[in-house]
Amino acid sequence: MSLDLINEARRQIEICNACRYCEGYCSVFPAINRQRAFADGDVTQLANLCHNCRGCYYACQFTEPHEFALNLPKALAEVRAESWERFARPAPFAALFQRAGVAIGAVLVAGIAVLFLALQALRPENGEGFYAYLSHAAMVSIFAPAFIAPLAIVALGLRDYWREVGGTAIRLPHLRAALGDVARLKNLSGGQGQGCNFEKGDRFSNARRHAHQATLWGFLLCFASTSSGTILHYGFGMEAPYGFFSLPKLLGVPGGILLTLGCIGLAVLKTKADRDLGAPKLWGGEMAFVMLLGLTGFTGLLLYAATGTGAVPALLAIHLGTVLALFLLIPYSKMVHGFYRLAALIRDAQIRGAA
Amino acid sequence: MTDISKLSGTSWDVVVVGGGNAALCAAIEAAEAGARVVILEGAPEPYRGGNSRHTRNFRCMHRGPLSVLTDAYEEDEYYDDLLRVTKGETDENLARMTIRTSEECLPWMEAHGVRFQPSLSGTLSLSRTNAFFLGGGKALVNAYYNTAEDLGVTVAYEAQVKHVTINEGRFEGLDAEIAGQPCRIEGKAVVLASGGFQADIDWLARAWGPAAKNFLIRGTPYNRGVVLKDMLDQGAESVGDPTQCHAVAIDGRSPKYDGGIVTRLDCVPFSIVVNRDGERFYDEGEDVWPKRYAIWGRLVAAQPDQVAYVIIDSKSIDLFMPSVYPPEQADTIEGLGQRLGISGNKLRETVDAFNAACRPGMFHPTELDGMATEGIEPAKTNWARPIDTAPYYGYSLRPGVTFTYLGLKVDETARVTGPQGRYENVWAAGEIMAGSILGQGYLAGFGMTIGTVFGRIAGKEAAANVA
Repeated sequence: MSLDLINEARRQIEICNACRYCEGYCSVFPAINRQRAFADGDVTQLANLCHNCRGCYYACQFTEPHEFALNLPKALAEVRAESWERFARPAPFAALFQRAGVAIGAVLVAGIAVLFLALQALRPENGEGFYAYLSHAAMVSIFAPAFIAPLAIVALGLRDYWREVGGTAIRLPHLRAALGDVARLKNLSGGQGQGCNFEKGDRFSNARRHAHQATLWGFLLCFASTSSGTILHYGFGMEAPYGFFSLPKLLGVPGGILLTLGCIGLAVLKTKADRDLGAPKLWGGEMAFVMLLGLTGFTGLLLYAATGTGAVPALLAIHLGTVLALFLLIPYSKMVHGFYRLAALIRDAQIRGAA
Repeated sequence: MTDISKLSGTSWDVVVVGGGNAALCAAIEAAEAGARVVILEGAPEPYRGGNSRHTRNFRCMHRGPLSVLTDAYEEDEYYDDLLRVTKGETDENLARMTIRTSEECLPWMEAHGVRFQPSLSGTLSLSRTNAFFLGGGKALVNAYYNTAEDLGVTVAYEAQVKHVTINEGRFEGLDAEIAGQPCRIEGKAVVLASGGFQADIDWLARAWGPAAKNFLIRGTPYNRGVVLKDMLDQGAESVGDPTQCHAVAIDGRSPKYDGGIVTRLDCVPFSIVVNRDGERFYDEGEDVWPKRYAIWGRLVAAQPDQVAYVIIDSKSIDLFMPSVYPPEQADTIEGLGQRLGISGNKLRETVDAFNAACRPGMFHPTELDGMATEGIEPAKTNWARPIDTAPYYGYSLRPGVTFTYLGLKVDETARVTGPQGRYENVWAAGEIMAGSILGQGYLAGFGMTIGTVFGRIAGKEAAANVA
């Protein structure tokens, strides 16, 4: 644990607690106001509760050049990123991929190359659609471990997080409260629906909130699409390819569109926002991750559009390569923020419930 | 980078001096009336907004629930609250007009980007009388600058106005220094909204005596009263007492300027307060915040070296708002005295005498509980519990000046009065004229009320005058 980062965040949190003007912006400030002293785990919890909306920064009378030099969004972003590194296994991977867009790009290229090689080496005798190029069994043997192993790593990290922040047994009301916040992205609402101060300086906007939810719901729809395919395959013996009016396509096409547009939106907003109100060293890694996520949706759409053409094998390799890279990077990239943020929201609901 | 040739070359309709709440309200009203407006803000952009940056609420009359305000808070009750703090040092006509107009200001503020929230935690229950800004005063200032920008108002930062040229009762222009460059700006009307003089320590010392050198200035370092002095030197009529300033007792380790809200210390009722010589000098249990808060600034200012020390024990450490600096801490009273830089033995004597005077009773931290000392001078008339449970904690206190009262005299149209009667085209709003209404004392959120009411009037009047 980097004591420098934690101590700096604690210094700032204590000033915020003496001021309390920002109470109405997000859940971080009511959480601060409930306490007087902040253990390291409390700082970790607050850092993961922060959605980096920056409302508090632009409203703060103590930002630089003031000698108190408050920049809470940045201090919490740095503690947050450091906590993800600390909870990841092996931790150096997180340090590498969170910080370096190039490393993410390299995994992406490697993923695509592996899929091209697999397509050539494992081409089945027969099969329809994608399975004409790579058998279902081969796909499963590549993707199941590439999905399950990262999730297992994330689960171990979440267990560590839960210990550090003093979490207790999770009950339904906690989950309901936290998922409600996620669904509305309440903590980017500015407290009154005016949005956050991300890309337009001290002016408010809901653009980031909308782009984020397009990305989130797009991703979930794509995930549901794949899951529905799995269920149709194993449960009903209905194998791909699926027609347009099938669950995988009805979920996957809008999902892919939302995911693509959402990620474009997030990437554009990111270029407009002040880097110094986040963790500046992570900027490149975060940007590369957003592009990888958007590419996953976009290549999926391309692949569907190219159905029946000669472009399918190449597009299949590229799409599956992006998916492979995305899965492998789950524990080490910005993707983990979803897990930790949800955990922090659940923990916050517990504390509010207990208070 | 401000384009000085453009500022000098333009014939402005309304020149607004200052960049805080009152100035912004005036600029917005004038611009909405179609005037070509320039704001001359003395501070650099990050510090824009004067003391409004540090404020957080607006006291508002209302006949029923209004926005975040509950219940009703009507003119007479509001005026009585004002009379209580000013002890009659107010102009009833202007005060009542301000109070009545505050009601229509709140919707106007919301329509111009200000957002309110229910009253903050850790404050007194002010949800009936005071509307709190979401994010505080700087959020309000940001919203107004954005609104002004959208209306085409020009803003010059680091624009220090040196002299306002008034000829036969008419404003003609002014001399300023913008980012260090001399600059002449001309316009058809001027609104002076450049604050008080509390950041000019020499001026404070002339009024207060050398003790003022040890005062801390809670708000902006840019309120140096240059324009106020220039106007007074030219014979503008003044109100208020130059020896008066509003001071509270704040953490003695606070920055010299601009410490703002976080420097408050709210533990006096649960403490004993001693001076540099380790002696108590006033009833710490006299009253609750905020009344107590406002009197301790003067009390500390009257002590040697303008410093005092609050002593509490571990029973009381969680009973007040968190402080920005951690308290000094020790396991013995003597040790605490040493840490604070006062005689440990003397402090021990004072604490012993106090503890011996405490009587049993029911302690209620949130109300006057009548737990009083017996046989000690000065008495502590409430919350008098022995200081006897280690660890012991101490904070230093110094007077923190929030604002000054001396200002320009205005009428109900915010027009300033000169040696030959009212000027033709000079208006004033905000702290620079607040003494016309608030001659003494303070009422939470009333400074923003005066600034908003008079800023809007001044902007409208100035625009109408040049139309």
